[in-house]
Amino acid sequence: MQPETTPVSTGRTLPEGQAMLSVRGVKKVYHTDGGDIEAVRNLTFDLKAGELACLVGPSGSGKTTLLKCISGLLAPTEGEVLLDGARVTGPPKKMAVVFQEYGRSLFPWMRVRENVELPLKNAGMGKAERDKLVDEALEAVGLDHVPQSYPWQLSGGMQQRVAIARAVAYQPEVLLMDEPFAAVDAQTRADLEDLIRTVWKKLGVTVLFVTHDIDESVYLGQRVIILSSSPTVIQEDLEIDLPDERDQLNTRALPRFTELRHHVYEQIQRAKQGHRPAAATQAGSAS
Amino acid sequence: MKILKGFAYGLALPVILVLIWWASTLGTTNFFVPTPATLAEAFAETWFGERIVSDVLPSIGRLLIGVVAAIVIGIAAGLLIGSVKWLRDFTEPVLEFFRAIPPPVLIPVLMLLMGITDSMKVVVIISGCIWPVLLNTIEGVRAIDSVLSDSAHTYGIGGWARVRYLVLPSAGPQIMAGVRQCLSIGLILMVISEMFASSSGLGFTIVQFQRSFAIPEMWSGIVVLGLIGVAMSFIFQWTERRILRWYHGLREVENAA
Ligand SMILES: Nc1ncnc2c1ncn2[C@@H]1O[C@H](COP(=O)(O)OP(=O)(O)OP(=O)(O)O)[C@@H](O)[C@H]1O
Ligand SMILES: [Mg+2]
Repeated sequence: MQPETTPVSTGRTLPEGQAMLSVRGVKKVYHTDGGDIEAVRNLTFDLKAGELACLVGPSGSGKTTLLKCISGLLAPTEGEVLLDGARVTGPPKKMAVVFQEYGRSLFPWMRVRENVELPLKNAGMGKAERDKLVDEALEAVGLDHVPQSYPWQLSGGMQQRVAIARAVAYQPEVLLMDEPFAAVDAQTRADLEDLIRTVWKKLGVTVLFVTHDIDESVYLGQRVIILSSSPTVIQEDLEIDLPDERDQLNTRALPRFTELRHHVYEQIQRAKQGHRPAAATQAGSAS
Repeated sequence: MKILKGFAYGLALPVILVLIWWASTLGTTNFFVPTPATLAEAFAETWFGERIVSDVLPSIGRLLIGVVAAIVIGIAAGLLIGSVKWLRDFTEPVLEFFRAIPPPVLIPVLMLLMGITDSMKVVVIISGCIWPVLLNTIEGVRAIDSVLSDSAHTYGIGGWARVRYLVLPSAGPQIMAGVRQCLSIGLILMVISEMFASSSGLGFTIVQFQRSFAIPEMWSGIVVLGLIGVAMSFIFQWTERRILRWYHGLREVENAA
């Protein structure tokens, strides 16, 4: 039951000028008092404009670290990130990030609506346009009934939906999401997965979606990038050849879905056992 | 109805205390402890006249100017020092040193430098009040949540917007705790600066009454100080509840969980 894809040990790259987002040989070492921690060893892959890719990997494999490098919050120790051909040195204007720690990413002194509105206001957008975008975003995540609440009056899942609404209202070209649904109940999670795909199609945004959840990665992505355990390289870059119209019941019932899920699962198990793709082992030992 | 009830509760203890005081001074004629009636009489006579203009208001004025200046300078400097790491490392030992100096000892020095003037008294108040505000602001700015800071950063919220929407509110609870301390230190320094070197003001008047054995008047002056303190505390609490409503709500939710 092997899927008909040949495993690639580095991520897929595109010819110059075709990639929206390029990650090139990114390595990140944290220098701490307790010594150096190599969170990410060597990652290379490209996303083309309008692509939806999922990034899966064991806990501690440096997914958050990679996202911070891509969003310009951290400078990679080696390698570089290019957005639309330009090197990322600080948070780019047209990128939005939804963080893993939903409870710490909203301003607790602002109401829900103000939280969603703030980035737009800060960008100098007029009131009417702002109101429209905020209303739409809140409605899209199903939170149009609590605009005057404070974030801490909401459940964890609702808080994360506010964070998603904020990102959506911002109309980014690239959307990075770091395990956004970890705190959300199964039903809401399914709804939000479909929401992400709807928003992605509607805005034509390039999405990099980090998740723990194998099913979720296969269901959501056009592509799943599997990370090895630390020191982190790309275990496999897998094309998801499921039909474009996805549906919680039918897509998940497809035989191909099950195959792909098995495959990703196996790769992650192998990653956890320390198996490393041949090319990466060479690259690692050469450095 | 609820407000009335709260009011009644708040007033009950003062009334009881006055009653006890009244009862215990009933038969005695201790020169140093006046009866409530004498004190009330002295209070009205002493403070509802030109003294309001000549002593009370100038004292309160100096106190307000000193406290407001200390808060403004303390927050501004604290935002700066707290945001810039090398500045923090650079200034920290010096700030600790200055904070450790008891402000009243500055009075003789400042008297020599500035003369016995209003501005000298204001400077005394500022130099004592600024430390809790400054140090708390630095601490509050340092303690900003990293995820929140990253969020603001990725949405391009920088410069003044960052101060306005992230740094100030986030440090708010700490800053307000500093302001609370600042107010009580301010009141103390207002009185002391006037006791040392003055020809008017509340502190001066109280010492004057004491020296001339006008005991009920002296006590009444102390009551005035107490009332000013209570008024400041009420204004502070009212403001704090307004500014930090989110914080108290958040704490309540956290405590309930
Ligand atoms: N600020 C930091 N300083 C030092 N080490 C860090 C820091 N942040 C992360 N690390 C280390 O880097 C490694 C990767 O962490 P990271 O948070 O990127 O993993 P992750 O894949 O996001 O994990 P999870 O799935 O649990 O969120 C871990 O070993 C972690 O301890
Ligand atoms: Mg993470």
